[in-house]
Amino acid sequence: MATYIIRRLLQMIPVFIFATMLIFAMVFSLPGDPIRALAGERAQSESVRQALIEEYNLDDPLPVQYGKYAAGLLRGDFGANFRGRPVSDIIKQRLPITARLAAVAFVFEVFLGVLAGILAGVRQRGFFDSLVLVSTLTVISIPIFVLGFLAQVTFGLKLGWFPVAGIKQGWISYLLPGMVLGSVSLAYVARLTRSSLIDNLGADYVRTATAKGLTRGRVVGVHAMRNSLIPVVTYLGIDLGALLGGAIVTETVFNIPGLGGAVFDGVVRQEGTTVVGITTFIILVYMFTTLLVDILYAVLDPRIRYD
Amino acid sequence: MTDLETLDSADQGAIEDEDLAAIREGSLGSDAWRELRRRPLFWICITIIAVLLAMAAFPQLFTSLDPEAQDQRNGLMFPSREHWFGTDLFGRDVYANVIYGARVSIVIAFVVTTFCAIIALIFGSLAGYYGGWIDSIISRITDVWFAIPGVLGSIVMLQMFETRNIATLSLALIVFSWTTMLRLTRSAVLAVKHADYIDSARALGATDFRIIWRHILPNALTPLLVYMAIFFGVVIAAEATLTFIGVGLQKPSISWGLIISDSRARIQTHPYLLLFPGAILSMAVFAFILLGDLLRDAFDPRQR
Repeated sequence: MATYIIRRLLQMIPVFIFATMLIFAMVFSLPGDPIRALAGERAQSESVRQALIEEYNLDDPLPVQYGKYAAGLLRGDFGANFRGRPVSDIIKQRLPITARLAAVAFVFEVFLGVLAGILAGVRQRGFFDSLVLVSTLTVISIPIFVLGFLAQVTFGLKLGWFPVAGIKQGWISYLLPGMVLGSVSLAYVARLTRSSLIDNLGADYVRTATAKGLTRGRVVGVHAMRNSLIPVVTYLGIDLGALLGGAIVTETVFNIPGLGGAVFDGVVRQEGTTVVGITTFIILVYMFTTLLVDILYAVLDPRIRYD
Repeated sequence: MTDLETLDSADQGAIEDEDLAAIREGSLGSDAWRELRRRPLFWICITIIAVLLAMAAFPQLFTSLDPEAQDQRNGLMFPSREHWFGTDLFGRDVYANVIYGARVSIVIAFVVTTFCAIIALIFGSLAGYYGGWIDSIISRITDVWFAIPGVLGSIVMLQMFETRNIATLSLALIVFSWTTMLRLTRSAVLAVKHADYIDSARALGATDFRIIWRHILPNALTPLLVYMAIFFGVVIAAEATLTFIGVGLQKPSISWGLIISDSRARIQTHPYLLLFPGAILSMAVFAFILLGDLLRDAFDPRQR
């Protein structure tokens, strides 16, 4: 196991380097002059301009720029935006907001998703099963910005149950966007739990458990569920990584100042260093959660051995 | 046996093998077709998709109104007999806009799905069939692209272009979404590569290209086909999403994403501006995802 983890970590290094390099190259070929944009309408003295170009290595060829940036990353330096604020600072400020949103989405999708999946799976082709299949498909089909709008209009404006946008009102402001964000994953979790449970209910060991005279609840709840949850846990792990990377669309619709919003603002304002810094962070989070999921997979399922 | 005879019999063998493959494939396909034909949901899907395609090709069939005709005096009118979906701020007919908006969605989804599938077929089968260093290179490149979150990558890339149109939007979507199809094709090719009929085709002297094209791909295509149907729907949603947040198509293009983003300021007083376009967009996505689901069920022998 230890050798497997070390090998995976080593494999991650080139993937990480090339992925960030790609983003870096794209961002710094954005049209426009960011230094000029900084001054706005005012005149900018040539010396100030030169100093800024110097500071952000804008005169170097792209590979050299990237090399200097990567060297900074090794020291934990994600760069600074053009106003001199460290990107790690922005991440520190935005991550808790994104994490709260992710937490709401995650709890929502785990509980309702698994529950709906079990209820649908235990009685295949029953009424509840059809209901779950159709409703999950519907949720998956509605693009998240449409779903967000609908939720805003219905639960925020018409019914007034939740704040419409922003995070001014503490935890309750995260509920509605969190549920919208988690809804698509909820649908996938429910479908995955259902199909995995149906597969396992047909297995020999389940028949054995029933033949031993165990109650239906114990057969489903303990014997079948234990195996059925393995693929669900895998999916949830990867999804958590995606959630922590910030949700650009949901954060835009609900006006939540999280990581996704920060990276999108960076793109619009052509703040290349912000975009690259936060994206690098997101890629790191994503890669580590994927690794954790693979390890978790082996822990949960003794049939899988990495050697 | 002379050389000529060897050649001759090899050729015959190949033909027989081919016929067998055709029968096999045909029976799997016809089984699936029989399964599909019986399901009402399948016909609902097909109808929605046919209507969408007709809208994309001949929008004039569905409305006689000009989607761009402005009529300021009749702005923000609620749905009525003349304007089924109401009118927007400038008095443009929302229904006509929704009809004309189908075209870009369908075109982009078609282009992106086709290109991703071509990339996946070529490089996925090369990686799966040859293995070794070819596989290592292709798989590592895939890993790199896979590590970049798709929406984020597309947004950054789209910002590189001064003007954005169907071509740039398709490109940005292709560049950040081919990885899943490639992985699917690669593993499907790996799964059938060691089958006996592949060995016999090779023993009979079939070229690598022929083995991949005639023997491996027909048996490895099902997962890709299922995913393509679902992916088509996902691309329609992705196009609308990117356009909605402002990095996709720009006016004067007519796109569902633009119509919905225009409705934003007025959803409280005029919810129909969001509801109708949103419903049509979701229905389009729904039809393709459901089609993928039905195809998977029909081709999966475990379900029978």
